[in-house]
Amino acid sequence: MAKLEIDYCGVKFRNPIVTASGTFGFGYEYNEYVPLEEYGGFSAKGLTRTERAGNPAPRIAETPSGILNSVGLQNPGVEVFAKYIMPELKNSFDTNVIANISGNTIEEYAEMAEILSDTDVAIIEMNISCPNVKHGGLAFGTNASVVEELTGEVKKHCKKPLVVKLSPNVTDITEIAKAAEAGGADGVSLINTLLGMKIDINTRRPILANNMGGLSGPAVKPVAIRMVHQVYNAVNIPIIGMGGVMSGADVIEFMLAGAKLVALGTGMFRKPDLILDVKRDIEAYMSRFKIEDINDIIGQVQLN
Amino acid sequence: MKKIYSCELIMKTELCRGVYDYVVKAPEISELAEIGQFLHINCGGKTLLRRPISICDFGEGFVRFAFQVKGEGTTELAKREVGDMIDIMGPLGHGFKTTEGEKAVVIGGGIGVFPVLGLARRKNTAVFLGFRNKDMVVMEDDFKEACDNVTICTDDGSYGYDGFAIAAMGEYLLENKADIIYCCGPKPMLKAVKQIAEHMNIPCQLSLEERMGCGIGACLTCVCKTTGTGMAEHKQVCTCGPVFDAKEVVL
Repeated sequence: MAKLEIDYCGVKFRNPIVTASGTFGFGYEYNEYVPLEEYGGFSAKGLTRTERAGNPAPRIAETPSGILNSVGLQNPGVEVFAKYIMPELKNSFDTNVIANISGNTIEEYAEMAEILSDTDVAIIEMNISCPNVKHGGLAFGTNASVVEELTGEVKKHCKKPLVVKLSPNVTDITEIAKAAEAGGADGVSLINTLLGMKIDINTRRPILANNMGGLSGPAVKPVAIRMVHQVYNAVNIPIIGMGGVMSGADVIEFMLAGAKLVALGTGMFRKPDLILDVKRDIEAYMSRFKIEDINDIIGQVQLN
Repeated sequence: MKKIYSCELIMKTELCRGVYDYVVKAPEISELAEIGQFLHINCGGKTLLRRPISICDFGEGFVRFAFQVKGEGTTELAKREVGDMIDIMGPLGHGFKTTEGEKAVVIGGGIGVFPVLGLARRKNTAVFLGFRNKDMVVMEDDFKEACDNVTICTDDGSYGYDGFAIAAMGEYLLENKADIIYCCGPKPMLKAVKQIAEHMNIPCQLSLEERMGCGIGACLTCVCKTTGTGMAEHKQVCTCGPVFDAKEVVL
């Protein structure tokens, strides 16, 4: 039997498949289609220090092989999550929960990390790259020295493995990844969405109420694969790869590029039970190439 | 566990130019369906997202829905022929909440008439359907078979009542009592109906539409603005709706 287990920052994942924050709510919705135990874990909806109403609708638009979204971090706030949602998740499901946090200031990030450190979350994912909020993480995520300082400060308050989520909207993602590592990050996840825009030519207005939004889906996958590959060669901390995964083949591709865990996202909107196909395809791939342990393929792309 | 169904298209009719009426074999969906719920349909082709389409009717083993060809998804869906399989999630969302014995007014506009057909079958119901012109009048026979008090209205007066369905409904409400108003239609109609209902102090339910992602409440993209505050200022149309109490939403 092929081994799918992954050790990520000391946390055991029964398989390398997780979900991308913001696409999976707090897990309950998709649990109605596939038990959450089928995943290695999931990243919950992005949290902020206090609750946020998010942006007006329309918040989503389809583009060629992708979608733009601009939800604007609508969430109940970190304390509601820590006090009510996480204990309930812990009681109901046997899976790893990754909490995703966004802040306006270093202090906010630190407070959130502290609050979540006293919960049963497996990992804290620090979003420094949300493109959809005015004073949001993107400003943090594009400056290497700020990333190092922020990561270092948050790390002091964080008793869980800290994963920094990187923005693709930068000139050189390896600089940011190295800065996160230097600041003490236990891992990095990438890519967040690419800032995009779609205009209705009849009304001459953008489709999204917020005008711009984050692009995800198969359209961004080659960019994500390239960045995972570059970051894998630049740092020694493990990577959660994501961006347009629609199949088991895509997961394998991310792992060959260097990802240790791979997140599903937009693909689940069309196929809520995507995880089942993905796992079946991975197992078929492993038996075809006689791979006994999925860990053996991580970063194993052979360059020309 | 909820499932995704592959449903055979068993009847396809073009109701008017670019508006299609589909009946699919879907025993699991029809068994659970309620009036006002929707289907989340994988239209195929190059589309990535599913498209939410309201259930028009359902019965033993079948579900019926109708749609207007507007963008890429509906263009693709319109290419399906009888015998083809269609990938459908559903029934999803919350439908209309009806009370037995109530005297109801049902108002629908354009393609918004489809989800209210089931409501027209109930006793003590007056139905007002608005269309742009005579050529765009759809499902008149279905509604007249369902209810003996149906007023068809056209904006340009080319057929039936000359003017907006809202005006016809307003005239009716001046003479007749109603316990509730149910509405599905374009935003200006929803707004006007909400205003009239509030002015006349009649409970009212509106079926809303919004660009949608997952369809099951997880992605938070298809929200509408509500009277709530904080996180509750926006509610998912897919799971909290698509039918809302008119008093709850801000249009």
